[in-house]
Amino acid sequence: MSMWVLLFTLIALSIVGFYMGKRRAIASVDGHAGLLHSRPNYYGYYVALWCTLPALLVFAIWSSADGSIVDGMIMAQVADLTVGMSVAEISLMLNDIQNLADANVISREASPELQQAANTYAQMRLNSQLAMAVVCLSLLIAVAFFTYKRINPDLRSRNSVERIVRGLMIVCSIVAILTTIGIVMSLMFESARFFGKVPPMDFLFGTEWSPQTALREDQVASGGLFGAIPLFAGTMLISLIAMCVAAPVGLMAAIYMSEYASPKVRAIAKPLLEILAGVPTVVYGFFAALTVAPFFRNLGDNVGLDVSSESALAAGAVMGIMIIPFVSSLSDDVISAVPQSMREGSYGLGATKSETITKVLLPAALPGIVGSLLLAVSRAIGETMIVVMAAGLAANLTANPLEAVTTVTVQIVTLLVGDQEFDSAKTLAAFALGLMLFCVTLCLNFIALYVVNKYREQYD
Amino acid sequence: MTDTTMNGASHNQTNASPKPKSQGQRQAAAMAAVQKGLKKRYAAERRFQAYGIAAIAFAAACLILLFSTIIGKGIPAFTKTDIVFEVTLFPQDIDPTGERDPQVLSTADYRKPIRQAFGDLFPDVTGRSDKRKLHAIISPGAVFTLRDMVMSNPDLIGQRVTITVPMSDDIDQFNKGHILQESPESERRVSDKQIAWFERLESRGMIETSFNTTFFTAGDSREPELAGIWGALTGSFFTMIVTLILSFPLAVGAAIYLEEFAPKNKLTAFIEVNINNLAAVPSIVYGLLGLAVFLTFFGLPRSAPLVGGMVLSLMTLPTIIIASRAALKAVPPSIREAALGMGASRVQCVFHHVLPLAMPGILTGTIIGMAQALGETAPLLMIGMVAFVVDIPGSITDPATVMPVQIYLWSDSPERAFTERTSAAIMVLLSFLIMMNALAVILRKRFERKW
Repeated sequence: MSMWVLLFTLIALSIVGFYMGKRRAIASVDGHAGLLHSRPNYYGYYVALWCTLPALLVFAIWSSADGSIVDGMIMAQVADLTVGMSVAEISLMLNDIQNLADANVISREASPELQQAANTYAQMRLNSQLAMAVVCLSLLIAVAFFTYKRINPDLRSRNSVERIVRGLMIVCSIVAILTTIGIVMSLMFESARFFGKVPPMDFLFGTEWSPQTALREDQVASGGLFGAIPLFAGTMLISLIAMCVAAPVGLMAAIYMSEYASPKVRAIAKPLLEILAGVPTVVYGFFAALTVAPFFRNLGDNVGLDVSSESALAAGAVMGIMIIPFVSSLSDDVISAVPQSMREGSYGLGATKSETITKVLLPAALPGIVGSLLLAVSRAIGETMIVVMAAGLAANLTANPLEAVTTVTVQIVTLLVGDQEFDSAKTLAAFALGLMLFCVTLCLNFIALYVVNKYREQYD
Repeated sequence: MTDTTMNGASHNQTNASPKPKSQGQRQAAAMAAVQKGLKKRYAAERRFQAYGIAAIAFAAACLILLFSTIIGKGIPAFTKTDIVFEVTLFPQDIDPTGERDPQVLSTADYRKPIRQAFGDLFPDVTGRSDKRKLHAIISPGAVFTLRDMVMSNPDLIGQRVTITVPMSDDIDQFNKGHILQESPESERRVSDKQIAWFERLESRGMIETSFNTTFFTAGDSREPELAGIWGALTGSFFTMIVTLILSFPLAVGAAIYLEEFAPKNKLTAFIEVNINNLAAVPSIVYGLLGLAVFLTFFGLPRSAPLVGGMVLSLMTLPTIIIASRAALKAVPPSIREAALGMGASRVQCVFHHVLPLAMPGILTGTIIGMAQALGETAPLLMIGMVAFVVDIPGSITDPATVMPVQIYLWSDSPERAFTERTSAAIMVLLSFLIMMNALAVILRKRFERKW
């Protein structure tokens, strides 16, 4: 809570700084604002920005580092208690100390040592927060005083403020790079630890997936098996089914809307498809599990086929419905972009509309269509909620769409949801799967963009 | 098609007569060949067009099926079945000392007066298992309703009070006609006896059907009749606030820089490649990022809207940046030139003239990005927002869940009543999304200028 108080104080003080800076600037020229180098507001911004930014930076760094430093200090203090403990026990103890400091329920009897540690912990946390408040506020006031003193009619405050604004905007843009680096680093780092426990070849080419590592060392099959081939096969199967639904429907819808439909029909059909795209995936998942899967099972029962209640068919079909708008809007753009002269040339030779489309437009738009289908595939591979809710958990290596298969995303979710030890091969496997997912979707996107860019200019 | 005409022509040449034909004859032959194929080609044309219509009809049918299933399943969740009955609050049960000590009042045994009242209603029910079944027809929440009543007004002790409590979810389902009396007793969750008791209560006029306010005001619960979406809605609200606060300034800043200031160099190109790729990264990967970086590395709290909002803002960032850049690009250069010509600096030109004109487009993109974030589930599962949270979250660091995750959690529950509530929650979520999208459309229609 005190964090919020501090944050609001910082912001309030910077507003005060703004008005003081502005007043001093105007006072320095006796109210003749025209004599100032910049407009009076810029002197205000100058003070406000200069005093807020360093303080906020310190605030951000301190509050993100604060937790782990205090934790480290307290663990060093109770080092004699934790001798011979496993990593999990130590983290449980740290949790207990934290909870005790917050006066919450803890997992064991509070021993005097633990109580004392908790008191120290609470004290240290309080000290840290107080120190942060003092440092931030004194920094703010010092910088504010310094910049305030510098204000004179010749100060080029606008240029200075604009430099800061520009710097801030560059920082905003760099967030995109930082996110990518964050994703790649976290995936690579955890995957490397996973591959330290499980050889990469076993992971990539093994055909048995049963990640349930045993709780005790001496249990049977305590290692768990991490052969990811069944997961890749399952993902491929479900994506293939999805594309079998989405590609023809999406493509035909796009062709119809761009070539045949009257503006009236277009005005209805396009938003309709957009609604389909806006429905959250969890809703599709619920629909698949509750309506589509039982429907396919009953259908199978009626014709004498044994359809699993978590069949790949149901999950894939619903995923296909979800991807239809994706395919159709991208293909629509591509088909509309084919120059009108090509259509007219074809009509002039006596071709019917459908002949023009299949023999002239589609070949011309092919790279774009291939690109949009590839993007749709990458979307299908990365889709999570539909398969989590409607596909199975057991890793079957099968090409039969009526059986239950599992996918990469389903396994990531099952491995990471619920209680977990962060260091076990089981949780680390999720990051290795995430890395595969990231790489595959990235490659598909690169290929799609490459295909689109490479062949586009031919008709422009 | 060209092939058929050519073939037809060459056939004529070889078959008819050795001497070359006149121009007219050739034309007639070609016409005949074209005419011959015409019927087939027109049929193909009609077929092709029918495929197009079929594709759109299929998409529309899926949409209608989806919505009608959800609405059909969800509507009943908006009503609930209550029982109104009288309970005598004997002082010796609740407050033996008579001091009205809140501690005593809150821990007193409120089950006893309710059981007594029920025993009085059904004096003929004896035997342990029958009594247990009898008490199972009202919700376990009755005890808390009674406790809250007494806590807020201790003067009720010693009086006979009328309370309204929900029936258990199974009785509620029976009352709504989802459990049929005709089905064999072993296959339904209410026994014949419970049905008979319920019908007796009904004939005495003690059963009321009313609008299900609990669904909108309560947090999650293991008992379907006590479960509501308010907790998830507040969680979603906090998460969206964090997402908006983080992603909007970052995205607009990045968009302005890339569109208006960035020099054409390698760094700029790299940033653009990054943004385009991030837009295509599966959402679950953002969840892994959140787990590894925000939770494990920075030690932020699990299950908190703060972390959820941070992850979702990274996820929506590319969407908003791309939309904002398109909006900025649509502002004609003449505006910039005029501003610069009047002596404005480039920053002034952008912030005073270009940005206000691009704002409707930027806001539209932001709303669409936020709608995407509101419906997102997968990354939040990774950072522990799937916990069973009963309390309504009070700040962005409290454990919370969000609407889509609540839907996911309920959809896993076996009770029929939860299926109903899942659909109802989906209806609420979809109505929020539709409102947001409608707002975006209105904004676009009303404020976007064509230059």
